[in-house]
This record gives sequence, C-alpha cells and structure tokens, in this order.
Amino acid sequence: MPTKLLFEDNTYDCNQNESVLDALIGHGVPVPHSCRSGSCQTCLMRATKGTPPESAQKGLKETLKAQNYFLACSCHPQEDMEIALPDADAGRFKATVKTVETLSHDIVCLGLHCEQPVDYRAGQFINLFKDSTLGRSYSLASVPTRDTHLKLHVRKVPEGRVSGWIHHQLKPGDSVEISQPIGNCFYVSGNPEQGLLLIGTGSGLAPLYGIALDAITQGHTGPIRLYHGSRNIEGLYLTEELRALAKQHPNFSYTPCISNTEFVAQEGYATGRALDVALADINGLSGWRIFLCGNPDMVKSAKKKAFLSGAAIKDIYADAFTLAAA
Amino acid sequence: MNNTLFNNLGGEGAVDAAVDIFYRKVLSDDRISDFFDDVDMERQAAKQKAFLTMAFGGPNQYSGMDMRRGHAHLVAKGLNDSHFDAVVENLAATLKELNVSQEYISEVAALCETTRSDVLGK
Ligand SMILES: Cc1cc2nc3c(=O)[nH]c(=O)nc-3n(C[C@H](O)[C@H](O)[C@H](O)COP(=O)(O)OP(=O)(O)OC[C@H]3O[C@@H](n4cnc5c(N)ncnc54)[C@H](O)[C@@H]3O)c2cc1C
Ligand code: FES
Repeated sequence: MPTKLLFEDNTYDCNQNESVLDALIGHGVPVPHSCRSGSCQTCLMRATKGTPPESAQKGLKETLKAQNYFLACSCHPQEDMEIALPDADAGRFKATVKTVETLSHDIVCLGLHCEQPVDYRAGQFINLFKDSTLGRSYSLASVPTRDTHLKLHVRKVPEGRVSGWIHHQLKPGDSVEISQPIGNCFYVSGNPEQGLLLIGTGSGLAPLYGIALDAITQGHTGPIRLYHGSRNIEGLYLTEELRALAKQHPNFSYTPCISNTEFVAQEGYATGRALDVALADINGLSGWRIFLCGNPDMVKSAKKKAFLSGAAIKDIYADAFTLAAA
Repeated sequence: MNNTLFNNLGGEGAVDAAVDIFYRKVLSDDRISDFFDDVDMERQAAKQKAFLTMAFGGPNQYSGMDMRRGHAHLVAKGLNDSHFDAVVENLAATLKELNVSQEYISEVAALCETTRSDVLGK
C-alpha cells in the first residue's frame, strides 16, 4: 500500500521503496535536492502532520528535528504525511554578496555578508539557493574569529547550474538565500598535541583552509599537515598564502600534489595523488585526526586507507563534494 | 540472554575498543572484505558495534528474523559458511589482541555459532 503525501493542496502516492523526494519529483513537483544521499540537506522539508522516520532526520540539528523537519531523499514514510517546504525563517538567511574574487582559472571566492551573525565552525557548509527549488552545498573557508564575511570557494562545473550562475552572474550587492551552517567536518579544541592530517582535491581545499586556520588560531600545537591535490599546477590555488603560513607556523606544513603522470618533477611540488603522497610521508596514522574533502572517490578511498593505516573511525571527518546526478 | 560476558569484558567501552580493531581486520581480509566495503564507514561501524554487542551477549534487539532479513542480500551475493568462519576467526583474533582470555573467546565463538543458520538463511 502506498502512503499518501499531502503537499501544497495536492495528494501524491508514495510507493514502498520510494522516498518522498522520488515521489514528488516523479510527479513533476519541483523540490530542491542535490546529493540524494542524505548529506547535503538541500532537500530539507517539514512534516506538518505525521511523524517522519528517525532515519530521515539523521544529521539534522535538534531544533529542526523537534519541529519535524526531515530530509526528503532519505524519508520512506511509515504513515500518511502532510508536508511543506521549510518556512522562510527556519534556518534560511538572506545574505549579500560582498566580493567575487578569482582564485584560479576555475575557482572563485565568494564573500557573503549576513545581517544577523551566523554561528558556524570553519569547515562546515551552507546551502546556497539560486531560487526556491535549486540549491547547492558549499563549504566555508572562512573562520568566524578571523573573517568578517562568510567565504566560499566555488569551482565552475561544466554546464553547472548553480556554480555557473555564481561565476557568471553574481556580483557585489546581489542578495541571495543561504541555509544554516551544516555538517560535522570541523576542528574542535582539546587534544592540542594530536597530529592533524588534511587532504583535499580541487575546491576541497576550502573547508581544509578554514579548518587549518581555525586549529592554528585555537593554539593547536601538534603537526598540521595539509595536502592539496590537483591534476596540474593550474588547478592549485592559495599556494603563496599557504606557503607563507607554513613559514610562520613551524607545526603547519603544506604540500601541493600534482597527479598528472606527465608532470615533470619541480621544486615545491610533490608528484602523485595527494592521498598517496600523504600516506608515504606519514608513517602510520594511529592517533591522527583526519579531514578529507573534495572528490567523492578520493574521499571514499582515503577514508578506508586512513582507517586501515590506523586512524580511529571517530577521528575521521569527511565531506564528499557529491554532485547532483544528471 | 545472560549479560555477564558483555559486562565482564567491560561493557560498551570494550565494544567500542573492539569495533575499530575488528572492522580493520575484516576490511583487510580478502576472503570477506567485499561484504564489508560499505561507502558509509560510520554506518558500517555501527553495524559492527551491534554485531559485537550481540556476540558478547550484551543487550541487543536482534531476533533470528532480523538476522535473516539483514543478511539476505549478502547471501544472494554468495555469503556462505567459509565467510562466516572467517568473521568468527577475525573476532577471535580481535579479542586476543585485547588480551581477553581463551575461555571468553570460546564463549563468544559459541554465541556466534547460534546465529549461523539465521545469518546464512538456512
Ligand atoms: C557537502 C558538500 C560540500 C560541497 N562543497 C563545495 C565547495 O566548497 N566548493 C565547490 O565548488 N563545490 C562544493 N560542493 C559541490 C556543489 O554542491 C555542487 O554540486 C557543484 O557546485 C555543482 O553544482 P551545479 O549546480 O553547478 O551543477 P549541476 O547543475 O548540478 O550540474 C552537475 C552536472 O554536471 C555533471 N558534471 C559534474 N562534474 C562534471 C565534470 N567534472 N565534468 C563534466 N560534467 C560534470 C554532473 O553529472 C551533473 O549532471 C559540495 C557538495 C557537497 C555535497
Ligand atoms: S540530503 Fe537529500 S538531496 Fe542531499
């Protein structure tokens, strides 16, 4: 028996094995979504009648859970539900574009100013909405105690709807809508001597840049090793800033890694994939805290390799930059 | 089910310590790693924790029916007695590493044995 979903005065069947998102999209109802795997939270909805299953609330803030918010892509309803898109005030903010800065040939840094102060941790991400039905996740490269604006590093994806809009249309002064900060990929103080290993590819540097600065600012004394991977040198960015940071803070190191097999070794760059370079540098990861961001395949294999090299599961933090399916 | 083994081993804390060691062993064991190679390592670790809690005779919500349903997709992929044995072997090696006495290790293996037919859908 399908369950019934009441949404904006229409009733839709939700078949067994179908998520609320599948059911709505299948009926041509536009609701925001991206990863479809419970991590980006762009598909956030609210049950105004009926209770969403616990599994559809994984990762949500307690305040949102208490108000029966749930993730449509992970919700297999057990009963009929009345559902709505999030209230304008629930975890959505208006922000003003302050800066759009070129970081590399395909990455810009977007600076956003919010009227009300946003409570966030460097390395978390927000959802940025192009319109009410199209939102994408971007990680925060800024640090609350150092930066006055939120900063995002956005890579231009070919034909990308939201990244293309950010690159080609957004300009200072524009008003945009963003979500509350989301996610667990951030630095917490305590255990300041622990080794931190940060591995990222492409714009996966964004959260890692924030996390590294945050750890340094909070007085982390253990080694902080950042590996940024790219196919070629043009794909790297913030190289000078990071090299300068490493000079200033002896416990911080930065290793740009070039994976293109045709790359001719050059001083200042490691050859090989960031993950392999890091694992070869550091002998065993037992006791290390690991942060992994960027390409989903890299994140997946790095998680496994870090764990097999001795890191505890609770010490591995990751955000895979999953792209929406075509 | 009696609770003493779970408590004697040190309760939940002991299970947490065992999960990482055990999961690392099965992921490195070519005979069975494919069955455990989930994208979501946290979810997989949570499953290991439920399994170890059960194996130590701790509080658990598993019924024989849950066991069957939970493993049916793996049985369809070819899960058989040899894989089951390999898992028990890895569990025993984990406990050894944690300096658990042979007496307890045998008790854990015996508890696992009671789930064999349900896990393998026989
Ligand atoms: C937790 C999280 C954090 C993220 N953080 C960041 C961040 O900090 N910075 C950032 O830039 N992105 C980040 N992303 C990715 C981001 O959310 C978007 O997925 C991305 O910007 C693409 O969105 P879009 O609307 O531009 O593309 P879409 O319109 O969704 O188009 C994507 C389409 O392009 C295709 N495609 C994808 N990649 C390629 C490629 N390389 N070549 C050709 N086709 C391709 C896909 O199949 C898909 O059809 C993050 C994602 C998640 C889940
Ligand atoms: S969390 Fe549902 S689409 Fe990403």
